[in-house]
Amino acid sequence: METASVPGGDRALLARSPLARFPDRLLKYGLSVLAALILALIVFFFIRLVGEARPAFAKTGVFGFAFDNNWTPSTGHFGALPLVLGTLITSALALVIGVPVAVAAAVYATELCPLRLRTPLSILVELLAAVPSVVYGLWGIFFLAPKLQGSEQWVADRLSFVPFIGGGLVTIPNYFITGLVLAIMILPIVSAISREVMSTVPLDQKEAALGLGATRWEMIRIAVIPYCRSGIVGGAMLGLGRAIGETIAVTILIGDAPKLGSQLFGQGYSLAAVVANEFGEAQGVHRSALFAAGLVLFVLTLLVNGLARALVVRSARSGVPSGTRGGTGGILVVDTAAGA
Amino acid sequence: MSAQAPTGDLVARFGVSPSRRRKDKIARGLILAATIVALIPLMLILYYLLKKGLGAWSSSFFTTDPTGNTFFKNSTIGGIKSAILGTIEMVALASAIAVPIGVAVAVWLVEYGKNSWFAHTVRFFVDVLTGVPSIVFGLFIYIVLVVGTGSSFAGYKGSLALSLLMLPVVIRSAEVILLLVPAGLRESALALGAPRWRVIFSIVLPTALPGMVTGVLLAVARAAGETAPLLFTAASTKNTSYDLSGFMNSLPVQIYSDVTSPTTAVVNRAWGAALTLVVLILLLNLIARLISRRSRLA
Repeated sequence: METASVPGGDRALLARSPLARFPDRLLKYGLSVLAALILALIVFFFIRLVGEARPAFAKTGVFGFAFDNNWTPSTGHFGALPLVLGTLITSALALVIGVPVAVAAAVYATELCPLRLRTPLSILVELLAAVPSVVYGLWGIFFLAPKLQGSEQWVADRLSFVPFIGGGLVTIPNYFITGLVLAIMILPIVSAISREVMSTVPLDQKEAALGLGATRWEMIRIAVIPYCRSGIVGGAMLGLGRAIGETIAVTILIGDAPKLGSQLFGQGYSLAAVVANEFGEAQGVHRSALFAAGLVLFVLTLLVNGLARALVVRSARSGVPSGTRGGTGGILVVDTAAGA
Repeated sequence: MSAQAPTGDLVARFGVSPSRRRKDKIARGLILAATIVALIPLMLILYYLLKKGLGAWSSSFFTTDPTGNTFFKNSTIGGIKSAILGTIEMVALASAIAVPIGVAVAVWLVEYGKNSWFAHTVRFFVDVLTGVPSIVFGLFIYIVLVVGTGSSFAGYKGSLALSLLMLPVVIRSAEVILLLVPAGLRESALALGAPRWRVIFSIVLPTALPGMVTGVLLAVARAAGETAPLLFTAASTKNTSYDLSGFMNSLPVQIYSDVTSPTTAVVNRAWGAALTLVVLILLLNLIARLISRRSRLA
C-alpha cells in the first residue's frame, strides 16, 4: 500500500544496493561475534580452571577439600577449611566495620550535608578507591598494625573470657587488622552505591514525611532507609565480593599461617592469599590444589556478586519509571570506577 | 473542633517534643561522626605516604634499576626505573587490547543488542567479569598462556591479564555514555540517508568520545594498581625491559616484593614506589574527572 504512494514508484529504486549494504552487515555481525566471543571466553576459562583443579579434588574429594582443617602442602594435605574460614572471617569483619560507616557517609552526603560540600565529600570518599591494594597492605602493616597493637592487646586481655575474641598474644599481622583494612577498602564502593540508591528516593516521599512533622532523622528513617534497603544490601554484597577477592593487601596483613587462627588477633590465611603466596613454588597436586582454591574463590564471588546485582537492580528499578534513567547504568559505572 | 482556640503553648502542642529533638540531634551527630571516620583513613594514608615516600625519592631513584642487593644503604639497592617503565608498557598494551574491544562490545549492546535476550546475557556475563577477583584473572592467563604454551612468564601475558580486568569497566562505562547520545541525533543522520555504520562512526562515537575517555582512564588507573594478576604472568625481573615477550617488572609487584624485606632501605624503596604509583593513579583519576566535567553528555 505504502509503496504505491511513493511518487516515482518502486521502493527498490530508493533502497541501497547490496554492495552498499555490505559494511552495515559486516559491522553488525562482526560486533555480534565479538560479544559472543566474550561469553565463550568466560566459559572456556571456567572449564580450564575446573580441569586444572580436578587432580586436587580427585585426591581429597570436593567436600574434603572445602571442609578439612589441614593445609600442609609438604605432607600432601590439602584441606582448605582454614583458608575458607580466613576469607569469611576477614570479609565479615570488613562488612561489620565498613558498611555502617559507608552508609552513614552516604546519608550525610545525600541528606544532611550543605549542598556545596556534597561533591567534594563524595570525591574524597571515592579517592579511597584509587589507592592500590598493595599500598593498603604496605600502610596497614607498617603504620596501622603497629599503632593498634597496644589497643588490640588491651581488648584481648579485657575480653579474655570470650572465646575466639579474647586471650592470647596479639600478633602484628592478624585477622582483625586485615578486616579493618578491608573495611576501608570497601568503603568507597558501598558508599557510592548507597548514595546512588538514596538519590532515587522520590522528593515527594521525603517532603511528605517532613510535612507530617517528622524531624530530619525521622524522615531518613521513615522515608529514605526503607526505600533503599535492598539497594544498600546489594551495595554491601558488592563490597563483600570485593573483600572476598582481595588478594595482595590480605596476603601482607593476615600473616600467612596455614592453620586456622585460634583467636581474632592471631594470624591466619585466606583463599586468595594462599594462591598469591604459594603459587610460585607449587608443583603437582599442590599447584592443582591452588587452582582449586582459585576456583572456590571464583564461585564464591560469583554467588555473592550475582545476588548483589539482583538486589541493586531491583532497588533501582522499583522507584524509577523505566526509561527516565539509563537503566541501572549510573550505579554500575560507579561500582566499576571503584576498582583497584 | 478547629473553632476552639488552641489553649496553652502552641509549640508544646504542635512542635517537636524534646525527646524527639534530642534523638534527631544524636542521630545526626552520629552520622556526621561516621562520615568523619570514613575520611580519616584517607588522610592518614596520604600523610604517611607523603612523609615516607618523599624521603625515598631522589633523582637516582627514578633512573636506576633495583639491584637486588639488600644489605647496604639506599645508594646500593637501586631505584625503580624498571618498575615504572614496566607498568607503563604493560598497561599501555593492556589498554590497546581492552579499549577497542570494550568499546566495540558497548556499541553492539547499545546499537544492535538493545533488549534482546542475547544482549542481556552479555551484560550479565560482563557484570560477572567485574566481580571476578583479580588473582583469578592471573590464574586464567597462567593456565592458557603459561601452562597451555609451555613457555614462561612474559610482559604481554601480564598485559592480557590486565586487559581482562579492564574489559568490563570499559564496556559498562562506554555503554552508559553511548546510551546518553540523544536518539534524535541518530535519527537525523538516518533520515539524511546515512547507513548505520556511518551513523555509528561519524555521529555516535564522536559525540560519546569525551565521556568514554573518562571510563577508559578509570579502567587504566585500576589496571595500573593491580599486583595479583601480574605475579605469575609477567613477574619478575629487576632489569629494565622494552621487550614485552620477556619478564617484566612493575610498580605494584616491586612494592609487594619490597614489603617483605627485613631491610629498612628496601622498605623505604617500597614507600617511594607506592607514592609514585599513587601519584600516577590520582593523576589519571583527576584527568578523568576533568574530562567528564567538560563532556556535554554526562
